[in-house]
Amino acid sequence: MRQLRFATVGSVDDGKSTLIGRLLYDSKSIFEDQLEHVEAVSKRRGDDYVDLSLLTDGLRAEREQGITIDVAHRYFATPKRSFVIMDCPGHVQYTRNMVTGTSTADLAIILIDARHGVVEQTRRHSILTSLLGVPHLVVCVNKMDLVDYSEDRFNEIRNDFEDFASRLQLRDVTFLPISALKGDNVVERSDDLKWFEGPTLLHHLENVYTASDDNKIDVRFPVQYVIRPRTAEHHDYRGYAGTVAGGVLRVGDEIVVLPSGLSSTITGIDSADGSLEEAVPGSAVTILLADDLSVTRGDMICRPNNRPRVLQDHDAMVCWLDSNAQLNPAKLYTLKHTTRSTRAKIGEVRYVLDISDLHRKTPEGPLSMNDIARVTVHTAEPLLRDDYEHNRVTGSFILVDESTGATAAAGMLLPPRE
Amino acid sequence: MRPGITGLEDEAITIIREVAACFERPVILFSGGKDSVVMLHVAVRAFAPARLPFAVMHVDTGHNFPEVIDFRDRCLAGLGLNLTVASVQAAIDAGKVADAPSRNPLQTVALLDAIAENKFDAVLGGARRDEERARAKERVFSHRDTFGQWDPKNQRPELWNIYNTSHKQGEHFRVFPLSNWTELDIWTFIKEHDIELPSIYFAHKRRVFKRGGMLMADTEFLRPDTGEDVFEEMVRFRTVGDATCTAAISSTAVGIDDVLAETAVARVTERGATRADDKISEAGMEDRKRQGYF
Repeated sequence: MRQLRFATVGSVDDGKSTLIGRLLYDSKSIFEDQLEHVEAVSKRRGDDYVDLSLLTDGLRAEREQGITIDVAHRYFATPKRSFVIMDCPGHVQYTRNMVTGTSTADLAIILIDARHGVVEQTRRHSILTSLLGVPHLVVCVNKMDLVDYSEDRFNEIRNDFEDFASRLQLRDVTFLPISALKGDNVVERSDDLKWFEGPTLLHHLENVYTASDDNKIDVRFPVQYVIRPRTAEHHDYRGYAGTVAGGVLRVGDEIVVLPSGLSSTITGIDSADGSLEEAVPGSAVTILLADDLSVTRGDMICRPNNRPRVLQDHDAMVCWLDSNAQLNPAKLYTLKHTTRSTRAKIGEVRYVLDISDLHRKTPEGPLSMNDIARVTVHTAEPLLRDDYEHNRVTGSFILVDESTGATAAAGMLLPPRE
Repeated sequence: MRPGITGLEDEAITIIREVAACFERPVILFSGGKDSVVMLHVAVRAFAPARLPFAVMHVDTGHNFPEVIDFRDRCLAGLGLNLTVASVQAAIDAGKVADAPSRNPLQTVALLDAIAENKFDAVLGGARRDEERARAKERVFSHRDTFGQWDPKNQRPELWNIYNTSHKQGEHFRVFPLSNWTELDIWTFIKEHDIELPSIYFAHKRRVFKRGGMLMADTEFLRPDTGEDVFEEMVRFRTVGDATCTAAISSTAVGIDDVLAETAVARVTERGATRADDKISEAGMEDRKRQGYF
């Protein structure tokens, strides 16, 4: 089974920390020394309960202020699957952390307080999940114990969510009634939720099928590094190392190298475990070609009849990340896209997205931290790119501020305007 | 992502190759400890059949278990790699730091000196996020200023698998290819690839004494105080570091399968069980990391 990387989004009020604590505790993934530590700190602070958020809030400032500043990674495994939890803070001022945490997530868990139903924060989190193309979403209606485990209330919230979410691009949504505090339907089934016929949260996480989330159709191999041993034994070896970003490469396949457009045939696929017949998405391999072409880092190997778009002008959604500098439209940024770096300039800011209701606003000033906006980008060299909705690897980029080195923005490429 | 340990190795190889492509003078840290052994093997595999394009360095406190140093030298000779040693003893002799009962924190000075002297711009370490709570917040490519300092509140966000490697003269990066591995993943990889480790990772008879609830080895670097009785016990080490602050655990796990079984049911983290220095304060690791520790 593939490892599952999932993001939990929300705030302490939603019971997120309790839920993570419950998952770890009930799956016996909290270690005794960690629990002792958390108990001791809670006691010293005078809390009357054990604050499980201390498990993930690792930095001094977070512990002092009692808030989550940064994405925290937690690891646990059951006999069926291993998991990485990317715990993201949920408040509006942490949009950039949510974008970061969900960018690599296979699945996101959004919590709804059963008493309050779908609120602005739910909408915000769902919109970001949709924007970042997270393939699977689990909506946990939490605190069911506080609404007498009411099936009607659960269905009402579910209908509200579906009404609103019909405008989003969410591919797979699962609704689960739970009580993280009482442990209902998280790891164990619950007598109080007998009416619910679906799985427990952990059962769902263990079984959600992610192998079809990769794009296995469009062959994309960004060349990362050229391997040339220059030894007597491997005198003529010239391999193109990289990680498959899409499609399946096979020995014998005809390929074309972009941007040169030169064609050749795959004669071998080397990996850490020896030669392979085929390489699937995510595999770190070395491709050998029949012809001696000039191929360098930043080039892309693909199939002759299925090529990425080769463009210098792009439409994109960007999330501004830099807390110290706003967008400067006069400035050149370094744009990093797959293994290619080029200089880029932001042209027009077409609109800023209100992530609580999808409303398109006219920008009032330069883009600043946490803004999500639709922009045009011009690059000094062409990008070998797909639309983000088709491929999260070849459809994403970052902008780096050349004067500070900071990661200024994250971008998702949109289909070009006709 | 491919299933199991293969997926984690793909990720680590991608990271290691990115270092080779984006930095001028990378160095890989190697102590002979299990995480650094796995990292080194993955790095060698990432460039085969070409040679590893990195320098290899050990930050040596001088307080070593002899079995580990033997292993270190044998392992590198087997891979045909040369070693650079950054010596804490040399830093003490030069008057840069004062000696202390535990030389673990002193490693920072030797490490930063060696980085400056060799103009290393990327330093690969085997640290994992599951080890410790400050490490859980660490980036895969972690920027260090000209003083080698880590600023945890001002880290560059890391999205998708696009790594921002931008750095100025004198700054460097710490890079952690095994960020997403757990202790169990490390042991699984060691078993699958039949990798040799220092013998002290497996159960053996050793003279130990109890201090602060932990089993410390009786060595020339650490002697029991009055009232601390020395006794013989079957032990093994879950982590291998400076002999003065690395504790052993009672164990009968003499082979890799026994160790895997023990790790799978362990109820205490490896650092909680064996690292005296992490118990000093709530933010012991964060404070050391801020100053440039690995």
